[in-house]
Amino acid sequence: MVRKSTNQKAWLLVVPVLLLVAFNAFIPLMTVVNYSLQETFGDNVFFWEGVTWFEAVLRSERFHASLLRQLMFTGMILAIEIPLGIAVALSMPRKGPWVSVCLVLMALPLLIPWNVVGAMWNIFALPDIGLLGYSLNSMGFDYNFTQQPVSAWMTTVLMDVWHWTSLVVLLCYAGVCSIPDAYYQAARIDGASSWAVFRYIQLPKMKRVLTIAILLRFMDSFMIYTEPFVLTGGGPGNTTTFLSIDLVKIALGQFDLGPAAAMSLIYFLIVLLICWVFYTVMMRNEEQ
Amino acid sequence: MSRIEFRNVRHAYPPPPGQAPVYALKEVSQVWEDGGAYALLGPSGCGKTTLLNIISGLLTPSEGSILFDDNEITQRPTADRHIAQVFQFPVVYDTMSVFDNLAFPLRNRGMPESQVQARVIEIAEMLDLSDRLKHRASGLSADGKQKISLGRGLVREDVNAILFDEPLTVIDPHLKWQLRSKLKELHQQIGVTMIYVTHDQVEALTFADKVVVMHDGGVVQVGTPVELFSRPRHTFVGYFIGSPGMNVLPCRLDNGQPVFANNLLSSGYPADTDLSGKLEIGIRPEFVHFASQGIPVAIEKVEDLGRYQVVTVKHETEQIKMIVAEDQLIPSENPQIQFDPENLRIYCDDWAVGADGA
Repeated sequence: MVRKSTNQKAWLLVVPVLLLVAFNAFIPLMTVVNYSLQETFGDNVFFWEGVTWFEAVLRSERFHASLLRQLMFTGMILAIEIPLGIAVALSMPRKGPWVSVCLVLMALPLLIPWNVVGAMWNIFALPDIGLLGYSLNSMGFDYNFTQQPVSAWMTTVLMDVWHWTSLVVLLCYAGVCSIPDAYYQAARIDGASSWAVFRYIQLPKMKRVLTIAILLRFMDSFMIYTEPFVLTGGGPGNTTTFLSIDLVKIALGQFDLGPAAAMSLIYFLIVLLICWVFYTVMMRNEEQ
Repeated sequence: MSRIEFRNVRHAYPPPPGQAPVYALKEVSQVWEDGGAYALLGPSGCGKTTLLNIISGLLTPSEGSILFDDNEITQRPTADRHIAQVFQFPVVYDTMSVFDNLAFPLRNRGMPESQVQARVIEIAEMLDLSDRLKHRASGLSADGKQKISLGRGLVREDVNAILFDEPLTVIDPHLKWQLRSKLKELHQQIGVTMIYVTHDQVEALTFADKVVVMHDGGVVQVGTPVELFSRPRHTFVGYFIGSPGMNVLPCRLDNGQPVFANNLLSSGYPADTDLSGKLEIGIRPEFVHFASQGIPVAIEKVEDLGRYQVVTVKHETEQIKMIVAEDQLIPSENPQIQFDPENLRIYCDDWAVGADGA
């Protein structure tokens, strides 16, 4: 009888990957979990707190307020960027010399670093010297994004639309371009109106890319930090303090590591949950 | 329903900047009688699809006019022409059910829902789609989808013609037969003009009463399958139809009779002696026989196709194909061949000449 000799050395080949994942994802995440369950006053001394911080965060009005602001912001930018992106993608030329011009113009905002976008819009919107702020005021609008919540919100949303609609446009454009001519010809033969062409040909063919666009825009906007931080710093007051700005304030401003860690985990779970629900619903639809 | 007429229609697609336009369709004048089953046969790139799209109005021709029952409609949009068209690749509206797909052209034209219902059920019955009406169209196989495309054409009662642009390309061979007989059957049932574009001669010859052969942007011959086989008017028709195609050999004339490589031949369709241009003879492989006296040849290849043999012989530099019965012996020594005079035709610059030629 021949006994199979077992050689486990192959596992060594996996070690580099394991280390990499451990150091850049697993250990940091576990550290957060660790902080979320304990209280520390420095000197590496910890006291067990159980789920106290989670309860505190979930009950805190401050968290509710910033979560609400966050949901409103994400809802608003999705409601603007998705239809606008589709509309721009549909009106872009599909052949000819203008294609590349349009594509480059569309890609430009995506290439600008986030803090630069924030700084640009900050200067652009300044009521006394900025082009936007000065023009609005001289047209008779009372506009001051550093002092009025409505102005601040408007500017933040506008900035995000300016920065990220291009992403939706490019994805949708790719979807629209992949539709064979025969579909449009068949639609003409069938006497379809242009609305019917959009509803029954273009929109269904864009569905997959739109799913990706919505997911990306949801995740990015839900975690937005740099741009509003540079633009408004979360103000005036707390009116544009979104979740991640609030989180940084708690963690690094107040140095409340326990509640901050608990909040991060809740934050993470919310993003995960919404994405999962959205994706599952979209894909289930697909299978039917 | 109506009679469709092309008058001197020419079409060129927009050329790249700085180049002269190339005509995809070079002057076509053609009448499609009401209720006919036509096949448009030709190789890829000969202008078949262009011609079809001009009928349906997806393209407006650069020159010439199109008439439906003597009414000029050249500039009229697709929707006004009442033409149904089925494309090479099945087009279905993915998000709709099979029923909604079939109902789409009717609903777009504002037909009352009760009539839509009745009509869709009737057409689904014809196409054996009844049991799948509630299914999503995107879930069907390629032939199912193509049936839907067909159905969307058939469902409208007011169509002037139904155009098929190589509709069976993506269908499995055994289903091709079924669908093609289905089409033929439908044509007999509803009697609407059908124009069927294909590059497959079998498909064209089995579907159509009249075959329109196109070559290089023009119509070279219109005729029944028999006419195309026995009296090709153009060398292209000769070698495109038939398998293997017609032998086309260079010749000169002597008193109206062709001389092929110093062998005087006789043709049932003698030519005028004063022809100038490229002269050729055309003879189908079916009408070349071995004989005791004739043109000496060397045998190059014998292919046994089961029911008959295709023999390739050579005289000087010219290859000639011939079809020989399965049980006939191929002469081994000093073979000679003869051409059947009744089926030997003379071509001048590719066009048939002589008696009922041009």
